[in-house]
Amino acid sequence: MSDATVDPRFRRKPPKRPLRLSWADERVRGIVWQLVVVGIVGSIIYWLWSNTVHNLEVRRIATGFGFLGREAGLPIAEHLIPYDPTDTYLRALTVGVLNTLKVAVVGIVLATILGTAIGIARLSKNFLVAKIAAFYVEVIRDLPLLLQLLFWYTIMQGLPGPRQALKPLDGVFLSNRGFRLPALVWEGAHTAAVLACLAGIVATWLYARSARAKQMADGQPRRVWPAAIALIIGLPLLVWQAMGAPWAIDWPALRGFNFQGGMSMSPEYAALLIGLVTYTAGFIAEVVRAGILSVSQGQWEAAQALGLRHGPVLRLIVLPQALRVIIPPMTSNYLNLTKNSSLAVAIGYQDIVSIANTTLNQTGQAIEGIAIIMLVYLTISLSISLFMNWYNAKIALVER
Amino acid sequence: MGRSSVKQPVRPTVLRSLAAALLAMAVSLPATAQQQPAAPASVTLDAIRARGTLICGVNTGLAGFAQPDSQGVWRGFDVDYCRAVAIALFNDPDKVRFVPTTAQNRFTALQSGEVDILSRNTTWTLSRDTSLGFDFAGITFYDGQGFMVKASLGVRSARELDGATICVQPGTTTEQNLTDWARAARIRFQPVVIERLEEVVNAYLSGRCDAFTTDVSGLAATRAVQPRPAEHVILPDVISKEPLGPLVRHGDQRFSDLVRWIHFGLLTAEEFGLTSQTIGQAAGDARPDVQRLIGRSGDLGRMLGVDNAFMVNVVTRLGNYGQIFERNLTPIGIQRGPNALWTTPGGLQYAPPFR
Amino acid sequence: MSDITASTPTLHGGSPARSAPITAVGPIAWVRANLFSGWLSTAVTLVLGYLIVRAVMGFVDWAFVNAIWSVPVNGNGVAQTQACRELHGTGACWAVVTEKHRFMLFGTYPFEQHWRPALVCLLFVALYIVSSMRSFWNWRLIPIWAGTLTAIGILMWGGVLGLPYVPQERWGGLPITLILATFGLAFAFPLSILVALGRRSNLPAIKALCVLYVELIRGVPLISLLFMASVMFPLFLPEGMNIDKLLRAQIAIILFAGAYLAEVVRAGLQSLPKGQYEAADAMGLSYWQKTGLIILPQALRTVIPPLVNTFIGFFKDTSLVLIIGIFDLLTAGKTAIVEPSWQGFGVEVYVFVGLIYLVFCFAMSKYSQGLEAELNRHRRR
Repeated sequence: MSDATVDPRFRRKPPKRPLRLSWADERVRGIVWQLVVVGIVGSIIYWLWSNTVHNLEVRRIATGFGFLGREAGLPIAEHLIPYDPTDTYLRALTVGVLNTLKVAVVGIVLATILGTAIGIARLSKNFLVAKIAAFYVEVIRDLPLLLQLLFWYTIMQGLPGPRQALKPLDGVFLSNRGFRLPALVWEGAHTAAVLACLAGIVATWLYARSARAKQMADGQPRRVWPAAIALIIGLPLLVWQAMGAPWAIDWPALRGFNFQGGMSMSPEYAALLIGLVTYTAGFIAEVVRAGILSVSQGQWEAAQALGLRHGPVLRLIVLPQALRVIIPPMTSNYLNLTKNSSLAVAIGYQDIVSIANTTLNQTGQAIEGIAIIMLVYLTISLSISLFMNWYNAKIALVER
Repeated sequence: MGRSSVKQPVRPTVLRSLAAALLAMAVSLPATAQQQPAAPASVTLDAIRARGTLICGVNTGLAGFAQPDSQGVWRGFDVDYCRAVAIALFNDPDKVRFVPTTAQNRFTALQSGEVDILSRNTTWTLSRDTSLGFDFAGITFYDGQGFMVKASLGVRSARELDGATICVQPGTTTEQNLTDWARAARIRFQPVVIERLEEVVNAYLSGRCDAFTTDVSGLAATRAVQPRPAEHVILPDVISKEPLGPLVRHGDQRFSDLVRWIHFGLLTAEEFGLTSQTIGQAAGDARPDVQRLIGRSGDLGRMLGVDNAFMVNVVTRLGNYGQIFERNLTPIGIQRGPNALWTTPGGLQYAPPFR
Repeated sequence: MSDITASTPTLHGGSPARSAPITAVGPIAWVRANLFSGWLSTAVTLVLGYLIVRAVMGFVDWAFVNAIWSVPVNGNGVAQTQACRELHGTGACWAVVTEKHRFMLFGTYPFEQHWRPALVCLLFVALYIVSSMRSFWNWRLIPIWAGTLTAIGILMWGGVLGLPYVPQERWGGLPITLILATFGLAFAFPLSILVALGRRSNLPAIKALCVLYVELIRGVPLISLLFMASVMFPLFLPEGMNIDKLLRAQIAIILFAGAYLAEVVRAGLQSLPKGQYEAADAMGLSYWQKTGLIILPQALRTVIPPLVNTFIGFFKDTSLVLIIGIFDLLTAGKTAIVEPSWQGFGVEVYVFVGLIYLVFCFAMSKYSQGLEAELNRHRRR
C-alpha cells in the first residue's frame, strides 16, 4: 500500500479527539460493549466455577493432581518406555502420550504418501485409475471414521490364530495377535551406521548448497546425486563394514501362547493406523489434487518452452507453486489425524484418552482427567501448527 | 437450593434463556434429589412421586442383566429390580425410565441426580460406599471374577496362563483385580484392554486373546450363547469377590430402605414358596410370616412409605427372586450357585425377617 | 541445455471437410485414449480390471448369492441363527438386519409408535431438500426451520394432540443422529456468525475471547468435549438441576460446531472486497446495519459449499456419542448385536449402518460439489 504518489494529506494522522462520555462516541460504545460481553462471559464462568467447587465439596470428590504419584495398577499392552502396573499414574499417562504420538507421527507420514499418490491418480489419464481413485475418495470421506475403525478392527480379528498364522514371507507372521517381523539384533555398529548416515545427509546438504552457489556464479549446473549416494548410503555401509558387519536376526517363533522375538505390531495399533491413514488420505488426495490443478497449464508450457525437462519442471516450477496452496489445508488434515487418533479408545489401543479415561474412572477425578487430555492435545496441536506455519512462511510467495 | 446467596442476579436469566433456546431439544429439569444428610423425609421419594416415574440407571447392554429387546423394551435381571421399585411405588412396572450408563459415567449420573437408582451390576466396595457418597441397598447377585479360555488350549488352571494374552475391560474393579492377582501369582500376561463389552467378547472369540476375564456370571452368559459352549472352559479359579447390587445416593435412608426391603421381600417370597401364580391366593395362608409379607397384618408397607400390599404387587407382576433369576439368567447358563437361598447348601441369599 | 524440437504445425484447409476416422472419435477412440494409451496404461488397465471383476464377484457372492435373508424365530423371541453361523463368512447374514432393522433405526422408541420417528426422519430429509433450493435462500428459511424443528419436537415427545408422551431416554437410532447434527447446525450457525464477527472486530477484549474460544475448541478432539459433557457437566450445575445426557452431548456438539463454522464464516467475510466495507461506511451505516444488510448476505452465500462440507463432517462426527453411551444410529447398530444369538455378525450391521451414512453424506457432498461449480462459474463470468 506504500504508493509513492499518494496525496500527502492522507498520510497525516487524524487529530486526536478527546474521549467524550456519550453513546455517540464510537470508542465509548466500544468500551461499553466490551465490558458487557466480558461481564456476561465472566459471570457465567464464575457461576459454573462456584457450582463446581460446591459440588466437589458436597460429594467429597478429591481435587488436585496428587493422584499422579499414586500406583496406577492398570495394565498397558504397548509401551515405548518400560512400564509396570506398579508404576505411578504419571508414568502411565506418559506412556499414553507416547502411544498417541506413535500413531500420529507414523499416520501423518503414511497418510501423506498414500494421499499424494491417490491425488495424483485422480488426475491420471487412465480412465480406470482416475475413477477408482475418485470412488475411493468419495466413499472413504462419506463414512464416519469410527465406523471404519470398528470395521478394520473386526477384519483384524478375523485373521487366523497364532498357530495357523499366515506366512507371506519367511519369518513374517500375520495372525490375530498382530504382525510379527524379524528384527535386527541391535549392536553398536548399527548405531554408528545410523550416525554416519545422518552425517552423510548433513554433508550432502552442505555440498548441494555450495554446488548451487557455484551454479549461481557461473551458470553451470552440477550433479549432486553421485555425491549424495556416496555420502548417504556408502558412508554408513563403510562404517558398518569397518566395525565387523554384525548381522544377527531375531526370528519370531511360536512359543507357548504366542510368538516371541522379532518386532511386532498389535492388531489394535494396526487397525487404528490403517483406519486413520486410509481416512485422512482421502482428504489429503483432494488437497493435493486441488494444489496441482491450481498451477495453470501455462506454467508447464512456459517451462517447457524454456527447455526444461519434465523433472526440473515439476521440481522447480510446479511443486513450489502447488505447495503454497497445499500446505495450509494439509496442516489442518494433520491436526485432524492427530485429534482423530483419540478414537483409539473405541478399539482398545491405549492412547492418552484411553489411559486418562481409566484414570478418571479409578480416581473419580473427572476434571483433572479431562484437563490432562485437553492439555496434551492442545500442546500437540500447537506444535504441529507452529511447525507448519514456519514451513509455510518459508515457502510462501516472496514478493519483490 | 439453599445457596441462592452465592448467586448473581444474571444467572437465572442466562439459564432460562439457554433452556428456552434449547426447548425444542430434550430439556428435562426434574427437581430431583439433593443430598440432605439425615433428613426425615425422603427427597428422592418425594421427587419420584412428584414426577410420576422412577429413573433408573442401567447397563448399555449386557445379556441377562439389562438389554433392550427387538421392540426396544428393556429386559434383564437389573431391569427387573428397577421395575420392582416402580411397582412398589406406583403399582405399574412401566412407570420407570431407563437411562443407559457406561462404566465411566454411571457414578456421575447417580451423584448428579440424573438417575434415582443405579442398578447396573456394580460391585460393592468400601470406597464407593464412602468416598463416592453412595449407599448399597443390598447384594442382589454374588459374583466373582474368573477366567474363560478355549478348551483347545488345554489350560486347566489360571496359574497356567503365564505369558498369555488376556482380554479385560478397563475402568472397573476387574482390571485392578487382574493386576493384583498376576503380581501375587508371579504371572506375566499381555493385556488387551477394550472398553465396550461386545468388543471385548468379540476379541476373545476371534482368538485375539487366550483368556477373557470378567465376573463369572458374565463369562457364563458369554459361554452359554456360543454355538458350541463346550469349546470354552471357565477356569475354577475365582480371583475376587464381586457382590453386585443396586445403589442410591447416600443420606436418603428412606429410599435405600425401600429398595433394600424389596430385595428382601423377593427373597422371602421365594423362601415361603410364593410365586407370581400363587401369591394371589396367599390370603388364606395361615403362616404369620406370609400374612405380614402380603400386608394383611403388621402395617409393614406403611413403615416403608408404600402400600401395605406392595410385595403382592411386585411378586404378581415380576415373580419372586427365583423366578426373576430363572427368567433372565438361567437361559444364558448361569447357575444359582451362591445366589441360592441360604436354605440350600452353598446358598448365600438370606433375608432378615419381615416383622 | 536440451535442444528444442519444435513441432511443425500443419495447416488445415483446402481439402473438403471429412468426418474423422472411426479410430479418432467414438467409443473405440475413447477406449484407446483413456484405457490403452500406452503399454503401461494397458497393463494397469488389465490388472485393475481383473481385480475389480474379482472383487465385485466376491462381493456379489457374499452379499447376494450365499446370503441368508431371514431365520426362524422360536416362541420366546430367540432367533435361530445356526444357518447363518454355518456359512462361516462365505455369505452375509442379512437376517440380522431383517430382524433388527427397526431397533437399529429407532432404538428403544415404543414399538407401536415407530411411525413417529419415521415421520421425523422424513421431515428432516424434507428440510434438507427445501434448504438446498436456491429459491428458498432468504428470510423464509428461518420460519421453515423453526416450524419443522418444533414439529419434530412435538412428534418425538408427544404428550399433545393425542400422541402418547415418550420420554427422551427412549429415543434412539437414526432420529438421534439427525437431531444431533441438525440441531447442532441450527444453533451453532448463529453462534458462529457472532464469533466470526467478533474475531474480525477491532474491540480487543471481544476479539481475544473469540480467538480463545475458536482455538481452544479446534485444538482438542471432539471426544474430549463429549467426555466433558458426560462426566464434567453435571458438576457445573447447581445441585438438584439436571440436564439430560442427550442435551449435554448436544451442547458439546454445538460448541464444537460453532468453532469450526466460525472459521468457515470468517473465510466468507474475508473474501469480500474491502470496497464493500468502505462503501457501507461511506453511506453512514451503523455497524449492525452494515453487517446485516451488506456484509452477511454476500458473505454467507459464498460460504454455502464449505458449510455443507462442514455439516457432512458433523453428521459423521455425531457417531462419536457411541463412546459416551448415547443411542445414535451406530450405537443402536452395535447394541443390536449384543444379543447372544446375533453376536458375531458385526460386518453385516456395519455395512447396513454405513450405507445409511453413505446415502446422506453422498447426497450432500454431490450437492455441495454442484453448488460450488455453479457459484464459481458465476464468479468467473
